[in-house]
Amino acid sequence: MGRQVLLIEDEPHIAEAIRYVLARDGWEVRHHGDGGDAMEVIRQVGPDVLVLDVMLPGRSGYEILQDLRRDPALAALPVLVLTARGVQHGPEGATRVMAKPFANADVVSAVNAIAGRGEAAE
Amino acid sequence: MPRTALTGTRVRERRLRIGMKQADLARHVGISPAYLNLIEHNRRRVGEALLTALAGALGVAETALAEGAESAVMEGLRAAAAGAQAPETPPEIGRIEEFLGRFPGWAELLAARQERVGALEHALVGLSERMAQDPFLSASMHEVLSAVTSVRSTAAILAESEDMEPEWRARFHANIHEDSIRLSEAAQALVAYIDSTEESETGLSSPQEEVESWLARTDYHLAALERPQPPAPEAMIEGIPDLASGAARQLALAHIARSRADAQRLPLGPFTAALAEDGPDPARLAARFGVTPGPVFRRLATLPRGVGGAAGLVICDAAGAMTFRRPLPGFALPRFGAACPLWPLYEVLARPGTLIRVPVEMAGRVPHRFVLYAFAEARHPGGWDGPQVVEAMMLILPATAARTGSERAIGPACRICPRPGCVARREPSILIGVEGEDRAAIP
Repeated sequence: MGRQVLLIEDEPHIAEAIRYVLARDGWEVRHHGDGGDAMEVIRQVGPDVLVLDVMLPGRSGYEILQDLRRDPALAALPVLVLTARGVQHGPEGATRVMAKPFANADVVSAVNAIAGRGEAAE
Repeated sequence: MPRTALTGTRVRERRLRIGMKQADLARHVGISPAYLNLIEHNRRRVGEALLTALAGALGVAETALAEGAESAVMEGLRAAAAGAQAPETPPEIGRIEEFLGRFPGWAELLAARQERVGALEHALVGLSERMAQDPFLSASMHEVLSAVTSVRSTAAILAESEDMEPEWRARFHANIHEDSIRLSEAAQALVAYIDSTEESETGLSSPQEEVESWLARTDYHLAALERPQPPAPEAMIEGIPDLASGAARQLALAHIARSRADAQRLPLGPFTAALAEDGPDPARLAARFGVTPGPVFRRLATLPRGVGGAAGLVICDAAGAMTFRRPLPGFALPRFGAACPLWPLYEVLARPGTLIRVPVEMAGRVPHRFVLYAFAEARHPGGWDGPQVVEAMMLILPATAARTGSERAIGPACRICPRPGCVARREPSILIGVEGEDRAAIP
């Protein structure tokens, strides 16, 4: 399986921390901080896993997720959604939902699990 | 006193007073003495036909036997039943009178609890709406959560990584420092926000209820405003325990200002004299004093006890929300939510300036008759380009004329209205199909 993860998160410090822990786990991490052109970036990067924040400037994670699932080329992309609300508010179409604040280890194991690397699969 | 207000008890009292035997009365109205005995002990409901027969046999008016059937406790119990959510054993609505007769204390307690539950639910809805819709609160929470998320992740990295490059370490330290400042600013803003609403704005009764409780204690009449030099409005509400919240005090001040203006336009002495001459005809009184019907409505409903007859008043805004309620026995005004859509109060909302008078019959065991005067006023406080602000008022007077049969059939609110086949009904009633002729009396 691939090793590239795309992180869409507008909070620079949160993005930096996630980027660091995923890189340490062996992932190649790309980061983007805006919702408005997120779809273009996703298509261009073609990541193996997407980590998507909900509250984004430009366009919300919910809308981005909807577009993803409608696009045949991206419909199967594993997506970990980060939300400031409870996980029960997680959007339709997310492979997994994680509430903020989270433990770093949980993010790493969730990304690995949905990427099919299996080491932390539930 | 609910104990003596019950139909069965009244039948018994009246029968004993005129020295009639139970068996005689039973034969007279065509039921068995045993059944009459149950009725007299409030164990069986009295249907309307039987009530008429009993009243005839005892030589009294129906209302003399059934008055009080619509008492506050009864209304409370019905409301409790209406609020019951499909319990395994549904409340025995047909036996409310029996319950009230046998356990007056428990019944009163249940009715009081029901009222409390209603008030609490109302307050809870207000609070949750405030939580969900307050943009400042929601933005602050998001700010706090973002900063906490960042601090937690970054701190964990620093704590868990021993072999970190110095540049990274410095960067994460700087991030934590920035986020901690951001967090403390957000926390301070939140505290300041909560401090600014420290007064019991979120109390468990609404501001309007606080005002109503204050007015109820003064019998809805503010005697101080009748003096030639009325006290300052602020002094009139100082130290009133009912007016706990700032919002309630604001409403009270608005009420005082309005009542004061009404009292000036319609001074008590001349108004009472005119009332004695003309009777409670709002249109005539308004013409006589050169005012719109609004002040007359309000004046009639807030006269001192013993002056003029009893009068109820309800005022609502263009959304139909009640902003003032002075109840009158037999005419139930719902505490929350909308009332009967057939009330002329709502009719005049669409026709500001029109004064309409409607004789009505309020649904109930023994229907009460009233004459309702409704009037809506449109104001344009924002000038030509501002919105039109409409306020509708309805004066409730007991009917004095004989029943004509053409009275408009109205109810309290759909859920507790017993009128079958009402064309304006918006939701089913808990009373239909249950409280019919003694059907539900036997368990």
